[in-house]
Amino acid sequence: MAKVSMTVNGKDASGEVEGRTLLSSFLREQLGLTGTHVGCDTSQCGACVVHVDGKAVKACTMLALEAEGAEVATIEGQANADGSLNTIQQAFQDHHGLQCGFCTPGMVMSAAALLKDNPKPSEQEIRDYLEGNLCRCTGYHNIVKAIMAASGQDVSSIAAE
Amino acid sequence: MYEFEFEKPSTVAEAVAALADEDAQALGGGQTLIPTLKQRLAMPSKLVSLTGIAQLKELSDNAGMLTIGGAVTHAEAAEAAAGPYPALADLASHIGDPAVRNRGTIGGSLANNDPAACYPAAALGSGATIVTSRREITADDYFRGLFETALEEGEIITAVRFPVPQKANYQKFEQPASRFALVGVFVAKYAAGVRVAVTGASEEGVFRWREAEAALDASFAPDALDGLSLDAGGMIGDLHGTKEYRAHLAAVVTRWAVAAAA
Repeated sequence: MAKVSMTVNGKDASGEVEGRTLLSSFLREQLGLTGTHVGCDTSQCGACVVHVDGKAVKACTMLALEAEGAEVATIEGQANADGSLNTIQQAFQDHHGLQCGFCTPGMVMSAAALLKDNPKPSEQEIRDYLEGNLCRCTGYHNIVKAIMAASGQDVSSIAAE
Repeated sequence: MYEFEFEKPSTVAEAVAALADEDAQALGGGQTLIPTLKQRLAMPSKLVSLTGIAQLKELSDNAGMLTIGGAVTHAEAAEAAAGPYPALADLASHIGDPAVRNRGTIGGSLANNDPAACYPAAALGSGATIVTSRREITADDYFRGLFETALEEGEIITAVRFPVPQKANYQKFEQPASRFALVGVFVAKYAAGVRVAVTGASEEGVFRWREAEAALDASFAPDALDGLSLDAGGMIGDLHGTKEYRAHLAAVVTRWAVAAAA
């Protein structure tokens, strides 16, 4: 076992982990931050996407010890200070960007990473960026629409079907 | 995953020392190795992370030579190559998905030498030099077959040097589920000649298509490839495509790359 310390959603967090402990396991099982979902556990589905030092990564494919000293952001830290949904989260609700909701934490974290680098992405850029985030319910249209809306763009012309 | 120790050294010398232990293995971004460990397909006693070594994160662009440190991620490489070597940047920015590109490293990709990976095509197609903790290896000597390279036990890729070509392009025909290259072709035109590297197709991993290179030396245009074909023997045949399909596809994709580069 080894000690690991990092900042998670702005707060210091530390714990004892094994070499093989995944960042997703550390967040969920030791910190109780179960918003980071583990869907496939094979690095394909993106439900576990978090930000490490500002970059979107798959928490199920990174060792907790690799995040030593890092600033980690998870879905639990995304809401506004008053607890209301942030712009991206609200857009997912407004545009029905989810059904079962399992993929949503990863979708929101990927969307946040995209909009940080590219504040006005095109529909195609959003679809390309979400290549590593799988949703088995929505068919993606409303997710794409929500992200476009969150970036302040008109979404009235985007197909609803 | 089986248990293993974890070390994160800050210098190449420390990493080399840590890798001297029996069954120790280097860890780049882990985008292949961690899924492999989860399936219990490997049982290292110790993982030595290379991502904390500042030297392996260095980038430089000098006199037509782009050097990318071994622990540079695909996303970082794409950004660094965008100006000096756009074809390489394009390749790096289409590996995996954004989250994978934020962790996966060039050294990890080349050390693994997956037969369907993109970077081996860029390295071989550019005649790159693989710089390690012990020596320098030309790309022509480096790739030795399926998941096989010239790397010895405990040897670390510290950097990759890419000579910048006059023209280049990489075309990837993706296997739609994995998004790995069903076939990918990297074409680069240098003053010394054209290089054509094919990934995804052969049971021996990435290879140079010499006949196409000779034809393109004479005329750098898709028509120069008329009548040339690859032998289906030795190609990968699986549920995604037969050997014949891959051989044909590699020739088609080569034409696309030449057309895009020319």
